[in-house]
Amino acid sequence: MQTTTASTSRIRTLATGESVQRLLALGALVILLVFFSIIAPNFATLENYRNILTATASNGLLATGVTFAIITGGIDLSIGTGTAFTSVAMGIVAVNWGLPLPLGLLAGLASGGLVGLINGTLIAKAKLPPFIATLGMLYVTLGMAQVLSDVHPIYFTDPQPALQDFFMGKPIAGIPNIVWVMFGGAAVAWVLLNKTVLGRYTFAIGSNEEATRLSGVNVDRWKIAVYVVGGVFVGLAGIVLAARSASAQPSQGMGYELNAIAAAVIGGTSLAGGEGSIVGTLIGAFLISTLGTGLSVDNVPQQFQYVITGLVVIGAVWLDIFRRRSRA
Amino acid sequence: MGELLVEMTGISKSFPGVHALDDAQFELRAGEVHALVGENGAGKSTLMKVLCGIYARDAGVIRVKGVEAYPATPKAAQDLGIAIIHQELNLMGHLTVAQNIFIGREPHRGLLLDEKALNRKATELFEELHILLDPRVRVSRLAVAQQQMVEIAKAFSYNSDVLIMDEPTAALTDTEIDELFRITRTLRDRGHGIVHISHRLEELRQISDRVTVMRDGRYINTVVTAETNIQQIISMMVGRTIFEAAPELPEDPSQEVVLEVRNLNRGRQVRDVSFQLRRGEILGVAGLVGAGRTEVMRAVFAADKPESGQVLINGQPVAIKNPGDAVRHGIAYLSEDRKRYGLALGMDVELNIVLASMRRFMSRFGWMHARAARAQALKLVETLAIKTPGIGQRVKNLSGGNQQKVVIAKWLTADTDILIFDEPTRGIDVGAKSEIYRLLNDLARRGKAVIMISSELPEILRMSHRILVMCEGRITGELSAAEATQERIMTLATQRQSVATAGPETSTAMSVGAN
Ligand SMILES: Nc1ncnc2c1ncn2[C@@H]1O[C@H](COP(=O)(O)OP(=O)(O)OP(=O)(O)O)[C@@H](O)[C@H]1O
Ligand SMILES: [Mg+2]
Repeated sequence: MQTTTASTSRIRTLATGESVQRLLALGALVILLVFFSIIAPNFATLENYRNILTATASNGLLATGVTFAIITGGIDLSIGTGTAFTSVAMGIVAVNWGLPLPLGLLAGLASGGLVGLINGTLIAKAKLPPFIATLGMLYVTLGMAQVLSDVHPIYFTDPQPALQDFFMGKPIAGIPNIVWVMFGGAAVAWVLLNKTVLGRYTFAIGSNEEATRLSGVNVDRWKIAVYVVGGVFVGLAGIVLAARSASAQPSQGMGYELNAIAAAVIGGTSLAGGEGSIVGTLIGAFLISTLGTGLSVDNVPQQFQYVITGLVVIGAVWLDIFRRRSRA
Repeated sequence: MGELLVEMTGISKSFPGVHALDDAQFELRAGEVHALVGENGAGKSTLMKVLCGIYARDAGVIRVKGVEAYPATPKAAQDLGIAIIHQELNLMGHLTVAQNIFIGREPHRGLLLDEKALNRKATELFEELHILLDPRVRVSRLAVAQQQMVEIAKAFSYNSDVLIMDEPTAALTDTEIDELFRITRTLRDRGHGIVHISHRLEELRQISDRVTVMRDGRYINTVVTAETNIQQIISMMVGRTIFEAAPELPEDPSQEVVLEVRNLNRGRQVRDVSFQLRRGEILGVAGLVGAGRTEVMRAVFAADKPESGQVLINGQPVAIKNPGDAVRHGIAYLSEDRKRYGLALGMDVELNIVLASMRRFMSRFGWMHARAARAQALKLVETLAIKTPGIGQRVKNLSGGNQQKVVIAKWLTADTDILIFDEPTRGIDVGAKSEIYRLLNDLARRGKAVIMISSELPEILRMSHRILVMCEGRITGELSAAEATQERIMTLATQRQSVATAGPETSTAMSVGAN
């Protein structure tokens, strides 16, 4: 039997592990920030950095939540339009029914959790492929948002102006509270993923689902839990989006899921499952909004922004594959 | 022997098209090692999976410590005190060794995992079992044998009354097997009951107290090991007496070199490796696990890219950049880890057999010659006696040994000139084993060149014309069939860097010295 000493193995893990992808993403983010600061003189302003943070809030939350599903080897396509559903649920409780705002927020989170529960049940119990189950739920949540709201936005101005007042308020460093919500959510997610059995089984399922099952772990139940967690983060993102526009938009969210998945992938989460991290995902989310903000400040037309974002995603994944292959 | 731990009677189990178990029975007592033997596909794994809550039986009675019990999930079986090491590795590659061992039983403080306690428990377990492994290393970084040790440690850690090991020794070398047997005896003496499934029949005498033989899903007999000889067990297994006469070696190989490897390097596992392979010969490659035998062959086949070195085929230098190039140059490689590299598990037997020679079964416009492919698959299923309800069966539903035969069928179909077999008889029953030996001899006699990596010394000695021995990534010696003995091979296989100077000079010096 060969011995691998603790110290050398740890060095090797550091040098070749997924942390490299995170470092690469972080490096790319720094390079982008420096690059835009040089070519666009009006980029490097405090105001602009705050804008980038604010723009990241909802995508950061969605990406954080979907990271769990991706690590299990699954996917969640319903998170984008899910935000329409959860913010409409919020609006109905807090505005149409006139109940206190905290109850509305609770409704937002609970409706997200419910969507996750349905996703998880379809995947774990009915054995639907995650892609199909959540693609279906993409349309169901969008439709339900429109049915419940009669396709009209619900405005949080009267009697609930507190939503925007609180979440867009800037008590610390001039940064709106939604950004702190994102960081808080990410911190919770980090603990869940790295310090609890939920996280352990998330990785185990993505690494080898059959082996996990044979070890006596109730894989179905934990898979459902993973999608519920993702759903609650959809609820949080719904709150953030509603706060930004002071309204629940029943037609929002188409395509948001792809932005979130892109952020996770840039951050080193493997679509094949078993690998991923919250820190990486957050870096990926910042990278995407820095790119968007930087290109806009530079007056690069939207159509080119799409092309460049696409190339970044392809480049990030290619780098990851290249790195893996050279390690094998 | 103590109380009755497990009693299974009249167990039947069918899969679509297969009667895997038919009125099978088995019993296990406390304080015994009970071996379970039978040909590939006899139903050994299935019987144990029924006991472990993985398959539900169609009929029959199971009693655990005298009480009727039918565990429906692996967890339920664990709670009854039954643990199993499966035939195929079942590990989570992205998790660490310790995380794998205690999956489902993680120590925690409140809601949070206690990683320190986890690693401490693993370290204690390894100390108790005398296993040298770092609990914090990722399992995907370990060699197959080390992964098997992780599985073994995991199964022991349940400290369950009943421990089932389905071919635990198939991927291990003698040293590790000794270690495993030592642990097994300790457990037996403490009053645990152990089921040991193996095709290495010589092990039975070393480790088992009783042997149960199965054939075609049926119970044949249970005997006390000390009162039985191997030949009797074999004839019960196959239902006839076969004489294990060593096949004679084919005539002297001609001198023509078909494959030459010069100064191949790749990391620590392949260091300055040079050798020649002649037409019509079987070249055995011996060494301990981790000696770099597999790595050398994977580098030749370009499954892993070598860092430097040259490969010549029929005297011509060739550039082999990927496995496709290798196949085009007439090299076939049969992987030791069939599940990962050798098979498309979800596909049927036929497709797997023709997979490496699609070209031959395709017309110019990409149509499959369905009839030719089918005929080829049927022929090989018959030649190799692959036990399957039909060539349309998915490979993942075959028994472990039969999967191995499918890999062999695939490369026989490819009809290449150079065949590299990595542990070809791992997990294969006695009957099929001699079948495979005959096949290798046939291939050599027909002018093919064969390389055979094997960790079973008797097999190497019996089959090879010439033997290369490796240690720590270097070739430490070359022996002809006449001069090779177990002792000589072991001496070369343990010739570590500190004793010998590196490089091919050593190996030439050695073989000259030995002549
Ligand atoms: N899930 C399954 N679906 C269909 N057939 C199966 C399945 N599992 C096992 N079988 C079949 O049942 C029979 C018994 O298989 P089993 O794995 O128990 O054999 P075994 O004695 O363990 O053989 P080996 O020594 O090769 O491992 C085989 O014919 C096999 O093809
Ligand atoms: Mg078996």
